[in-house]
Amino acid sequence: MAGFVLASIYKPIETAYTSTPVNEQENRQNTDVAFHKMMDVLTHPRCLNCHPSDNVPKQGEDSHPHHFDIARGESHKGFEATKCATCHQSENNPYSSAPGSPHWSLAPHSMRWQGLDRFEIAKSMMDTERNGGRSPEEIKKHLTEDDLVLWAWEPGTNIKGEPRELPPVSKKEFISAVEAWFESGHTIPSK
Amino acid sequence: MKISMIVNGQSHAIELTDEYTPLLWVIRDILGLKGTKFGCGKAACGACTLHVDGEAVRSCSYPVKFAEGKQITTIEGLGNAENPHPVQQAWIEEIVPQCGYCQPGFMMATAALLNKIPNPTDEDIDNNIINVCRCGTYYRMRKAIHKAADKQNAINEINEPTKA
Repeated sequence: MAGFVLASIYKPIETAYTSTPVNEQENRQNTDVAFHKMMDVLTHPRCLNCHPSDNVPKQGEDSHPHHFDIARGESHKGFEATKCATCHQSENNPYSSAPGSPHWSLAPHSMRWQGLDRFEIAKSMMDTERNGGRSPEEIKKHLTEDDLVLWAWEPGTNIKGEPRELPPVSKKEFISAVEAWFESGHTIPSK
Repeated sequence: MKISMIVNGQSHAIELTDEYTPLLWVIRDILGLKGTKFGCGKAACGACTLHVDGEAVRSCSYPVKFAEGKQITTIEGLGNAENPHPVQQAWIEEIVPQCGYCQPGFMMATAALLNKIPNPTDEDIDNNIINVCRCGTYYRMRKAIHKAADKQNAINEINEPTKA
């Protein structure tokens, strides 16, 4: 009798979940780990400071607005006579602490990241409408080879002579994570 | 190491041990051109502004190695008492300086601006002239910048009437 009652009230739980083969599950987990490692870097001020959502570059670990009302300008490299290169050279200055790298500049406004979460940033980064028409291969190259990106691990010292904070993942680990994420199909995990 | 550069039209070859020596120290202490001033040493105040190949740079934060083969112009090369640059003349006429310490940097920044934008708006001035003046002479500077633009445009019209 009891068995009959139980059988009559039992209904399978509705779910969209379908079992995934172990290998596929492992691959997905590895992809997600690589994604989050990559995004731990891309959400750090060393990256975000040059991807502002307004037209003002940011400075420091607290991402305060750049002193002296510095702004983007049409070229993303400052204004006609006062440019990024007025103060920033192609390498860090050991005496003045002015940071520097080849093509020191802001990311274009379409590549604004500040205020977005890591998933939104990844979508923006992969969206050709917003990423300057770059293919996944070109994005991977930017992340792993561009001097300005890799400057994040050689940021020099701040105005007090203290080392600037490094991203939370080493350069080697970051590059490995980026390569792994792209090679596994650059899937953005759900939030 | 030896660095070769042209400063105010004169060639110089300078022996240095530290390639990161600020260009400002070379200009002031080796070449003896004291018009360019040391302010903050952090590329922030602009007192040390001069031109490298026509572009304004903060010379306190410009390693001399980057000046190799370049044309440097300092406030002394912009003009002189007998033949002042339009910016210098406008500065005199508007009696801009108070203590005067930061003014060479402002004049060099302004000269660079007028080479890029012959008729700067107030917004152009706000965007490009971001040096610091502790005396607060900004109001007179703004008037002088507009006057300098008029003077320079008048000279250009005489020299190149077809372009005007």
